[in-house]
Formats: sequence, structure tokens, C-alpha cells
Amino acid sequence: MQEIRFHGRGGQGTVLASISLAKAFFEAGWEVQTFPLFGVERRGAPVEAYLRIAHEKIRLRSGVYNPDHIVVMDAKLIGAIDVTRGLKPGGWILVNSAVQPEIELAAGDFRLAWVDATGIAVAHRLGTRTHPIINTAVLGAFARTFGMPELAHIETAVRQEVPVKKEENVAAARAAYDRVHFLKGEEA
Amino acid sequence: MRQVLEGSHAISEAVRLAKVQVVAGYPITPQTHIIEAISQHCADGSLKARFIPVESEHSSMAAVIGAAATGVRTFTATSSHGLALMHEVLHWASAARLPIVMGEVNRALGPGWNIWMDQSDSLAQRDTGWIQLYCEDAQDALDTTLIAFRLAETVNLPAMVVIDAFYVSHTFEPVDVPDQETVDRFLPPLEPRFRIDVDHPQALYPMVGPAFFMEMRRSIQDGMEAAGPAFDAIAGEFESVFGRRHSAVETVGCEDADLVLVTTGSVTSTARLVVAQQREQGKRVGLCKIKQFRPFPAEMIRAVLGSAPRVAVIDRNVSFGSGGIFAREIQGALCPLEQRPAVYSYIAGLGGRDITPETIAEVLRLAEETPAPEAESRWVGLNPDVKP
Repeated sequence: MQEIRFHGRGGQGTVLASISLAKAFFEAGWEVQTFPLFGVERRGAPVEAYLRIAHEKIRLRSGVYNPDHIVVMDAKLIGAIDVTRGLKPGGWILVNSAVQPEIELAAGDFRLAWVDATGIAVAHRLGTRTHPIINTAVLGAFARTFGMPELAHIETAVRQEVPVKKEENVAAARAAYDRVHFLKGEEA
Repeated sequence: MRQVLEGSHAISEAVRLAKVQVVAGYPITPQTHIIEAISQHCADGSLKARFIPVESEHSSMAAVIGAAATGVRTFTATSSHGLALMHEVLHWASAARLPIVMGEVNRALGPGWNIWMDQSDSLAQRDTGWIQLYCEDAQDALDTTLIAFRLAETVNLPAMVVIDAFYVSHTFEPVDVPDQETVDRFLPPLEPRFRIDVDHPQALYPMVGPAFFMEMRRSIQDGMEAAGPAFDAIAGEFESVFGRRHSAVETVGCEDADLVLVTTGSVTSTARLVVAQQREQGKRVGLCKIKQFRPFPAEMIRAVLGSAPRVAVIDRNVSFGSGGIFAREIQGALCPLEQRPAVYSYIAGLGGRDITPETIAEVLRLAEETPAPEAESRWVGLNPDVKP
């Protein structure tokens, strides 16, 4: 079983990203479980969502404390909250950022990747310039970073989940897949 | 077809497939998603039901009572303070022998204001004459809702389908959603035994004096007693149609167990992992899941736990001045046995505090290490640094 924690802000589609990714993994034949941070969500406030994937039925029903990997939807959360808390050594951190994000962790404790999901969302006219809808781009970058699920399964999930501009969202996921940056030598 | 669904929506899907005719609802966290999805089903025509938005939970129960009295299939859902507000009319629903089904999402009552998992809301309604069925995950919630309609309509008593706040209600996972034709085979349209009918006027719910009241109460008790065997029969039919087995009391490895862990709700799911791990380590630990709280399956409890040396009960609730409610019920059920197990009572996970595999392992360790159970329930996971 692998556990992934998403960090974002209320209104950014963080929970929806986790649900869409769960559906993509399910399409690819995985057992899945996803849930938001149990509580009250407010626009702009930090939110979390969690995803478990496994090849057998997932029985564990408690919080995620030691995730295998982390996805950060907003680079400005780094430093404001401890986005790497509990991360297992060697896990991926995928950040939505136009530049290399600064994360304080000893080298070798994690693998870093980033993608300009905001820029890609704006270029595909998803949301507005001030409030772009970035989650489908993040999903494309996830598939590239982790080598799973296949982009085709992300595309299926995006078409199912996104109510409007389905093809633009699929195009954003594809574009992000091709534009993931890796810290040198760490490419998957 | 298997699809990824939220636990709340597993209940909404069951309500759609049950072809419910009247739904009333009022939003309250963490229940809202159930009613929200049903109102969407009503709006898009996938459920041809009358949806009645109301101004309070008391009114939503009153509305489905009125509707059920006309002989139609009804549903509502609530949580926590909403359920508490319904209390008066919950008695009415059962005494009027109306087969209403209600989704109930376990949540604590305030103050301190708390929207998280805690069984205190539903268990406080244990004496209202409602059947209570607790669910472990989203599939369990969908299946139990379908079973609840059959059961309620068989014994003419209302039934509550109870799921954990967030751990089930807000968790997405694969659920097998059956097709309409299969559900229709299991759940035919409601044929009411009595109903308000303007063409055949009659008086319902009159004043009843001491000469008749006790017999009416005895008939509710008889209905509850009939609900036990009825659940088993209906669950058997459910298994033959859908291939999934449900029981009032489910056991895993209890036959040779030195210690049996008793759980309800979503804790059962995590406990399955812990018990399997301990079995692999050579410990003879069993698991007993209680699904049906009312009627309390005392006979099954005696059959399953009677020969175990030790039983450890996790209660995600407390009856102040008494202890863990499931533990007390189990102690009562075991009382007629000459030789009975030592029952260890643990209170954990109140107000959404997480019950992790470590919490469950701690409960098992405490029960193993304590030669004889204390009279009081033991609280697990209290933080000694927090002084209210």
C-alpha cells in the first residue's frame, strides 16, 4: 500500500484532485481510498487530502501520518506549514511551482519534482488568471513523476470528473506531463 | 458496477435504487452529502420522489411520518444535534409502526462544538423503538440501506442505518452499485398493511388509556423481537441475490480465540488488519463485529462469545455514570450464562480522535495484561497533559 498526501488551499480543487487521481488509479486496476482532512474547509486556508492505493482491499481506516509521497498544489505553503511532516525517506515531493522550490530537508531524504501547473492552467484558459484551476495539470505531472497511473487513465478520470472544458483540461494534463522538472539525477 | 463512491453517496444510491417515494431533509455536517445527492436525483428525474425541504430535523421526521402514514416508502437522514432534535418524533415513528428508513451519520454533540465521529448521538436514541444497524464501510452502507427497507417493512418498525462521520461518510472507495433490475428482485414495492385513505376514513393514533397502552407497547417489543430472525432471513436473500453476506454479528477466528475483540462501525475495518497481524504472530485473537444494536442480538452474542475466556470491547461512546454502551449490553447478554467470559470495556476515539492500529493493539495488550477486568470502563488514549 502507498499513501499520498496533498497540500493545497481551500478552493484550489485539492480534494477533487485526490478524488480524480483515485478514480484514475481505480481505472488502472488499483484498490483506492481517498478522503479530505476531516474538518471544515475555508477558501484560501490550507487544506489536505489523502490517497491510499493498494493491490488488495484497503482495510485501514485511520489518518495518514507517514505518507510515501507528497503533492503541494501551492509553493507558498512551503514554510507556512510543514509540508514534509512524516514523509517516508525517499518519497517524492511534487510541487506546483514555476521555479525550483526551496524545501529544507537533508539531501537523499526525498526526491523533488516541480511543474508550473499555474502557468499551464492559465495558458489553457482554465479558471481565471487570478484564480486558475490547476488540479488537472497537477494530475498530468503526477503521472509523469510517479510513472503511474498511465496518462490515459488520468485523461479518463478528468473527462469523468470535470464538469466543463473537458478537452482543455485533458490538454493541460498532457502539457504538464511533458513539463515536469526534476532535481538533477532524480528523474523517475 | 464497481465505482469509486463517497460513503454518503453509497446511501444516496441505495435510496435511489429503493425507489423511495418521499424524502425530507435538512442539512447538517457530516450528513449533508446524503440528502444533497438525493435532492439531485429528484431534480434530474433519476429518482421519482417528492423531495420536501424543511426548516428543521424535527420537521423532517414529522414530514416522513405523515408521508409514511399514507403508505409510501420514505427516507430522511441526519446527524448529531439534528437527531437529538428529532427525539420526540422518533418515538412517534415507531409507536405508529411506520417503516421509515433514516441515514444517521455518527457525530458528537456539543459543547465543545465538535463535528467528528462519536456514537453518542445514535446510542442516545436506543430506547425509541428504532432498529439500529451500524456499517463498516461504503459497501456495507449501501447494502445495509437496501436491507433496512425490507426489514422495516417486514416488521413495521423504523430503521436507522448508521455510518461513521468522515471515516465512512466522507471517504471515497470502490463500491459495487447494483443495477435496478437486481434491486427490484430483492426489494419489491411497499405494500402497506394500513394507510391513511380518504376513501376509507378511519381514526389513527387516538388517546390510549391504561386499559390498552401496555398491550400496544408489548406489540412493539414483539416487533423488535421478530426483527432479529427477520434480519437473518432477509440477509440470506440478499446474499443469494447480490452475493454479499451480512449478519447481525460477524465473527473472524473466534472459535479458538483466547481473546475476542468486539468492534462496531469503521473501527472493525482497521481491527481486521490488527487481528490478522496478531494471528500471524501466533496470538489466538478473534474479532466480533456487531452490526445490529437494536434489536440487540443477545442470543448470537451468547453463542459467539460465551465460550471465549476474554472479551475486549471498544466503545466509541460513553454513557456518563455507567460506561461503554456496547460493553454494558454485552455484559447483560452474557449474564444468563453460568460460565461467562471476562468482559474488558474500553472507551476510545470520542469526538473524532483517531483509532489507529496502535490504539487497537494497545486495547488488546491491556486486556491480555490485566488479570481481571475492572468494574469501570477504561479510557484509552487520554492525554495526561490536557486538563479541562
